[in-house]
Amino acid sequence: MTIKDSSGPAGDLRDSVVVRFAGDSGDGMQLTGSQFAVSTALAGRGLSTFPDFPAEIRAPVGTTFGVSAYQINFGSEDVMTAGDAPDVLVAMNPAALKVNIDRIPEGGLILVDTGSFTERNLAKAGFDSNPLEGDELSKFQVIEIDVSKLTLDAVAEFGLGKADALRCKNMWTLGLMLWMFDRERQPITDWLSEKFAKLEAIRESNIAALNAGHAFGETAELSGGLKQYHVKDAKKTPGTYRTVTGAQAIAWGLVAGGQLAELPIFFGSYPITPASSVLHELSALKAFDVQTFQAEDEIAAICSAIGASYAGNVGVTSSSGPGIALKTEAMGLAISAELPLVIVNSQRGGPSTGLPTKTEQSDLYQALYGRNADSPMPVIASRSPSDSFYCAIEAVRLAVKYMTPVILLTDGYIANAAEPWLLPNLNELESFPVSFATSDDIDSDGRFNPLKRDETTLARVWPKPGTAGLEYRTGGIEKAFDTGDISYDPANHQKMSDVRHQKISGIANDIPLQGIEQGNSSGDLVVVGWGSTYGPINQAVHRARQQGLDVAQVHIRHLAPFPSNLGDVLAGYRRVLVPEMNMGQLITALRDKYLVPACPLNKVSGQPFKIQEILDAIHQNVSAQAAE
Amino acid sequence: MNEHVAPEKLTAKDFATDQEVRWCPGCGDYAILKCMQRTLPEIGTPREKTVFISGIGCSSRFPYYMSTYGFHTIHGRAPSVATGVKLANPELDVWVITGDGDGLSIGGNHLMHALRRNVDLNILLFNNEIYGLTKGQYSPTSNVGTRSPSTPFGSVDRSLNPCAFALGAGARFIARTIDTAQKHMPEVFKRAHAHKGASFVEIYQNCIVYNDGVFEEFTNKKTAADEQLLLENGQPMVFGKERTKGLRLNASTLQLEVVTIGDNGVTEDDLLVHDETNATLAQMLITLPRPNFPVILGVIYCDPVPSYDQDVMAQIAQVREKQGKADLNALIRKGRTWEVA
Repeated sequence: MTIKDSSGPAGDLRDSVVVRFAGDSGDGMQLTGSQFAVSTALAGRGLSTFPDFPAEIRAPVGTTFGVSAYQINFGSEDVMTAGDAPDVLVAMNPAALKVNIDRIPEGGLILVDTGSFTERNLAKAGFDSNPLEGDELSKFQVIEIDVSKLTLDAVAEFGLGKADALRCKNMWTLGLMLWMFDRERQPITDWLSEKFAKLEAIRESNIAALNAGHAFGETAELSGGLKQYHVKDAKKTPGTYRTVTGAQAIAWGLVAGGQLAELPIFFGSYPITPASSVLHELSALKAFDVQTFQAEDEIAAICSAIGASYAGNVGVTSSSGPGIALKTEAMGLAISAELPLVIVNSQRGGPSTGLPTKTEQSDLYQALYGRNADSPMPVIASRSPSDSFYCAIEAVRLAVKYMTPVILLTDGYIANAAEPWLLPNLNELESFPVSFATSDDIDSDGRFNPLKRDETTLARVWPKPGTAGLEYRTGGIEKAFDTGDISYDPANHQKMSDVRHQKISGIANDIPLQGIEQGNSSGDLVVVGWGSTYGPINQAVHRARQQGLDVAQVHIRHLAPFPSNLGDVLAGYRRVLVPEMNMGQLITALRDKYLVPACPLNKVSGQPFKIQEILDAIHQNVSAQAAE
Repeated sequence: MNEHVAPEKLTAKDFATDQEVRWCPGCGDYAILKCMQRTLPEIGTPREKTVFISGIGCSSRFPYYMSTYGFHTIHGRAPSVATGVKLANPELDVWVITGDGDGLSIGGNHLMHALRRNVDLNILLFNNEIYGLTKGQYSPTSNVGTRSPSTPFGSVDRSLNPCAFALGAGARFIARTIDTAQKHMPEVFKRAHAHKGASFVEIYQNCIVYNDGVFEEFTNKKTAADEQLLLENGQPMVFGKERTKGLRLNASTLQLEVVTIGDNGVTEDDLLVHDETNATLAQMLITLPRPNFPVILGVIYCDPVPSYDQDVMAQIAQVREKQGKADLNALIRKGRTWEVA
């Protein structure tokens, strides 16, 4: 079954609200949305965001392909997705309305800036006539406000030119939304004061626009339509929270991983959307034991990281699918030379350049199988922005403990989306300090075998250049098991291939057993996911269970090797449903390994799953099961 | 426990491994290997602080035969791996061994960036103007018309001048030597090692199987003196069996010309004096056409600036001093946080 991206009913979202800010790429929608998210988080609400922006930096003004949107879902229930359908759409121009209108459920609230509904902008958006004048929008509540004019009035006294003055429109809109959802203005004015500390006119204009939008809400009750929403607080585990994006969490997790391994982190990377934000985050952390290197290309990025690992650092590289493809040969070198390495893949839509700013999880085959020869490698996947922190630590742990490259999968959605994060006390995390090889590892005959292995993990020793007596040569040519010297011996190649395979499969004994997120250990249906589909699957299974269906959820973090009990877990259910944002990749691996008759649910529209889409599939599978 | 006791004074033997050398008998690589094993004791860096990193090709087997740390990596990527090694531990002496195919064809991009960044690496490019390990195809430095399995009617694409490439990429140290020059080569290695920053050394290396004799016209002992000009900094550019030939700048054409001392009133004072720090002169010397001019050997260009790794470490130190002790617990709590009771 393949789902087309179409809007469904809003569902029972009484305790939460979804707001979508949409405008021109230059209208500051990402900024407006992220500031609204901060204000929401500070008010103690659960939230999840979805920045949805074009690949073009500044697409032509007013066009549909230049529309940038930021969606936020916040409320009292455990918010795990950015929401299926917006309850409120803020459309800053006709193109933003055109692109987003199909997402709005009947009765939804649409707020438009009439000042931008000029003939020219309507034509650019492809409207034959002004939709505000016809009955096209009659099934929605439409609030028409001349935001452009009101903004210009609000900032007139600060003497900005018209273009600069109009740039404050986003703050005016934000002010109105803050009023509508009972949010604090103070965090935003603090932020504006800091951001424009030295630009008085711009600072004061933005604050004035924000206040004017808020005041408009307070006084506009007479105009009808505008009503204030009070959203209940989310129930949360006590502690200190902040909002975090996946990119931040990966960067901080890598730093934490280095500290727990007691080694410096070397991060070699090449800019690529949507992975660059990890490079940006880490580059600012020079005060930590972290070095970043912007290489000349993807290959040099991974090779520099391999060189750093050879020299005794934890080498890390990061990219997105096309860049990962270029790194493939070097991954083989790290496998053959048995050096630790972490490879982060922030997946995006493909093939080829594909959809650089849109999300997809279609690089699982690439991670599991995408190398020449028999070249096994652990693969783990993060489920959410905050989970990325722990996944990054786990990737570092496996890399140094097993002397192997490790792939960490995230995606464009996780990298850019924000969610509240209960901050851990890092002093309480379990450390895994690395011991380099010493002269104790020299054999009694005075020879040093760089492939001397730990009996349990099968990991080889890690000799650090600079250590006298352990000088050794390694590389991509097959090495003799007993000496580390190059070897073309047939039996040795078989043995080394076996060891490489056993070393990685043995990791299954060193990772947590597969748990069940919700539901019973046996029953009609289990929904199995990996990566960023966690949120919608979790909510869909939750609702199905509330509706009385016998459904369980299993979410897999370790994709290679799988947890040792995964086969037994899956065997407990009569049907297995595997929703993925690809054409069916995890399902291949599950069928291959466990011969389970799993059913796919695939979506590759560049947009995350909606809860409803998964819920529908659950219903279909349960009724199909009943009919069997 | 096995105590590792370093010998007091290392010799060439101490830098050899027990591995059987697998180059073809008579390959120029043997001479370069012997020369390196002889020179490293003089340089004096201990074995454990020396790393040889190579790509793929005949020359790239080199690390297996050096009893230092060594990494035989993948085709063309040795400069990238070496950059990571040097940044991770700037105390290591890092040598890169590459060839004309490895360094200038598949790895041209990495070589260019290692040179322009000025990473403190000693890069030795063994130029035999042919692909040896893949059985004799023409390379980016092969002369036009080279007949090879992939160019049975002769190659038609023009060749690349490795030293000109290095200068164009911004290298601050460029030298050239010949595999058989056992007296000259150690001096070039020592100079390359002493230079802090990327040192680029092109070594003309004879492939006895697929391109034998390609450098014969200037390496032949009978004619070498007349065909080679060995540069010495601050000295006039003299060459020839009788030391009577030299290079002079023709100011009206802005080109170099070969002159003979004694002819037409030419004296040694008319000859160009080598200045290693002069990039314009380096460009002229590197691109002198054969066979009308002698082949230029020695340190052609050396004009040091701070190396990339030094600047990287300096910036890190500066940030650390300014920001104080880094605390990840504090970092993740910086900015807007809130408490849930």
